[in-house]
Amino acid sequence: MAKLTINGEQKSFDAPPDMPLLWVLRDILGLTGTKFGCGIAQCGACTVHIDGKPVRSCMLAVGAVRDRAITTIEGIGATPAGAKVQKAWLDLEVIQCGYCQSGQLMSAAALLAATPNPDDADIDAAMAGNICRCGTYVRIRAAIKRAASQRQS
Amino acid sequence: MAVAEKISGVSRRSLLTSGLAGGFLLAFHLPVRASNEPVQPPDDLAGKFAPNAFIRINHSGKTTLVMPQVEMGQGTYTSISMILAEELDADFAQVVVEHAPPSDKLYGNPLFGIQATGNSNTVRAWWKPLRAAGANARAMLVQAAAQRWQVEPASCTTANSEVMHTESGRKLSYGELVDGANAQTPPKDVPLKDPKNFGLIGKPLKRLDTPDKVNGKAVYGIDAMLPDMKFATLKACPVFGGKVARVDDSAARKVSGVQKVVVLDDLVAVVGDHMWAAKKGLDALVIDWEEGPNADLNLEDIWQDLRAASEKDGVVAKSRGDIAKGLATGDRLEASYELPFLAHATMEPVNATVHLKPDSCEVWTGTQVIARVQSEAAKAAGLPVEKVIANNHLLGGGFGRKLEPDMVVAAVRIAKHVDGPVKVVWTREEDIQHDVYRPVYRDTIAATLSDGKIVGWKYRISGSSVMARWFPPGFQNGIDIDAVDSAIDTPYDIPNFHVEYVRAEPRAVPTGFWRGVGPNNNVFAVECFMDELARKAGKDPIDFRRSMLGTQPRFLAALNLAAEKSNWGQSLPPRVGRGVCVQPSFASFIATVVEAEVDEQGEVHLRRVTSAVDTGIAVNPDTIIAQLEGGLIFGLTAALYGEITIDKGRVQQSNFNDYRMLRIDQTPKIDVHLIKSDEPPGGIGETGANAGPPALRNAIYAATGVALRRLPIDRALIAGKKT
Repeated sequence: MAKLTINGEQKSFDAPPDMPLLWVLRDILGLTGTKFGCGIAQCGACTVHIDGKPVRSCMLAVGAVRDRAITTIEGIGATPAGAKVQKAWLDLEVIQCGYCQSGQLMSAAALLAATPNPDDADIDAAMAGNICRCGTYVRIRAAIKRAASQRQS
Repeated sequence: MAVAEKISGVSRRSLLTSGLAGGFLLAFHLPVRASNEPVQPPDDLAGKFAPNAFIRINHSGKTTLVMPQVEMGQGTYTSISMILAEELDADFAQVVVEHAPPSDKLYGNPLFGIQATGNSNTVRAWWKPLRAAGANARAMLVQAAAQRWQVEPASCTTANSEVMHTESGRKLSYGELVDGANAQTPPKDVPLKDPKNFGLIGKPLKRLDTPDKVNGKAVYGIDAMLPDMKFATLKACPVFGGKVARVDDSAARKVSGVQKVVVLDDLVAVVGDHMWAAKKGLDALVIDWEEGPNADLNLEDIWQDLRAASEKDGVVAKSRGDIAKGLATGDRLEASYELPFLAHATMEPVNATVHLKPDSCEVWTGTQVIARVQSEAAKAAGLPVEKVIANNHLLGGGFGRKLEPDMVVAAVRIAKHVDGPVKVVWTREEDIQHDVYRPVYRDTIAATLSDGKIVGWKYRISGSSVMARWFPPGFQNGIDIDAVDSAIDTPYDIPNFHVEYVRAEPRAVPTGFWRGVGPNNNVFAVECFMDELARKAGKDPIDFRRSMLGTQPRFLAALNLAAEKSNWGQSLPPRVGRGVCVQPSFASFIATVVEAEVDEQGEVHLRRVTSAVDTGIAVNPDTIIAQLEGGLIFGLTAALYGEITIDKGRVQQSNFNDYRMLRIDQTPKIDVHLIKSDEPPGGIGETGANAGPPALRNAIYAATGVALRRLPIDRALIAGKKT
């Protein structure tokens, strides 16, 4: 029986240690907010936080996570940066189909937590790993800036 | 328990899609079904005012709107709700939405006649029927109130889900009027609102589907979870049309969590306790394929066939004036344009969940064609259609891919070998290599110029007819109505005008609709050629177009606005150009200018995109702007990178590493300007995809002088490294 701390809660489950965290979250624990997009860390749809850092859960073996804190889209609203980006996303109506947006929000929340006032280059560097097929990039950039400005106020 | 009944029976799905579900659902550990399995509730009308297929009002006033079209990001659930609520005078805060169940009869798209979401026509097709549905319902509520008060209906007014009698100051909520309204005879010829009295339509309202998309609660087809569900993934023969010859599954069966290997004639699936077991099992299979007749097929063979077909005469789709005379007058120019195969690559990979029992079948998926999914699942299961329950979901992108039911059919075939429910998820590689591809096209245009204007225009389109397979009424007398869309209705005033179509099906490769459909091909060829003609005439591309738009004030206004907002004509640095596109697609009037730089290596840097859009009445203006922004990125992605190639009968691309997408660091500033209009709404969802490629190609033409005639963009060609 393996154990993980996810969104502040301890979860116990059976899974082989090489199983990517993505499938543990989705198929065993039923946390389906984290999405499968490519399976090779090219699209970012599966982004979660490990100790606050963004990682692609589709290629992260669950055995390598051990006792580090995992945050998923279901829990990101409880963090200050997560709540800010969620609000900015809705204020600017970023989302279209929304399938990639869990990953976009996780990458953006990690960016803002580490870099409270990101410039365009910071946004490019943090967000270029997240593909949006609906093409919401213009609004993602604007929403990150909006969330950042609201941190200061 | 009343609350539990409500959740499991009637309204749980509407709660899920309304954004109100969250903690509510989590607080109840539903005994039978997993919390994120959206049930398809029976449309239980008891205790509700249900005047038609779209509106359900209960005693508390909650107004459930049943969505005849699907939400795949285009904002349609909100736009449809706004149209219904406008005429109903419903309190928008009390509106929740539900996915429609399968029914061509109740929810058939008025323009197709079947329950399908596509062709950018939701608002266009449903504008009048939904307004009438809302107005009729409102009239019945007014009649009920008037009857109760013993007053004339005409002396009553409505707002925010209430009927008011102004004279006496009495009011009744719609919830209080449910029973009385149900007893009314539906009125005839109820007048619709004067658009100047619209209270919702035209306002940038917040979308109903997005709150659950920021916190992981939104449920897509791939998120369906059922108790005791198994997970499967599959590998189809990599060669088009090939079959399974032999499978050695001894290693796969030893993978922990693998339950079963299902061998069908054209694919092999591994069923496991989770996707990882299924995937590892699949990777451990040794499969010999019987590759069949397409084992030697290469893309160049397909292009040879298409080029040969395109030299023949086509079926005339439109002709006016005297084309022979027109082409004999003035300076002649001719060019051919070629577009590649494209995959859809929706972010949500293709998937379907199926629970097949001896006498019934239940399907969970996200589809643009839920009624077709139901009937195709029934065929595959060998059951009558009424024994199939098909549950629709939010779609993680559609783009035409989910106009096809093939994934559901495959999942049903696999489910025949599985006890209990099974979720079948395609890997990204399988999704890209077994798509239904945007066809290759070859278009040839010959035109003549006299006094700087076009006098003759002969345009021949050659390519697959998707309609002939997908919707036969759309292919008649040799003409595919989609394949000639935006070719026969080119906005320019050309006296001798002739368009013909050659149906040319590529060998072995299945073709389908792809965001922008037929107009993607035609707008590209027409607008590229317009720039080449302008150059031959020695005119500025926008002036050249303007001179032939004299009878088209809406196009002219859009073009002028795009020119102004893009600073058209102002000087640019070397190797930077602006390109324009004017498009007639989907009954909207749009002009777009792309500004791009081509560096010494031929790499293209997008600098700025400006669109001016007249789409008639803008139901939800912010959604329209968002659709243009996103559609432009979609089209520009294809122009810069999109091509599916075929070698030895196999698709060579496999994932986002070799089927590239535009990313945020390459995204330019995009400005979309809406033009106010009182005309009926046009279509918008696909228009950006049409605009991006020709406007970019024309910008490259302006920047480098190289007239590209194929997509995707050839870097070596525009760097001047080859000719």
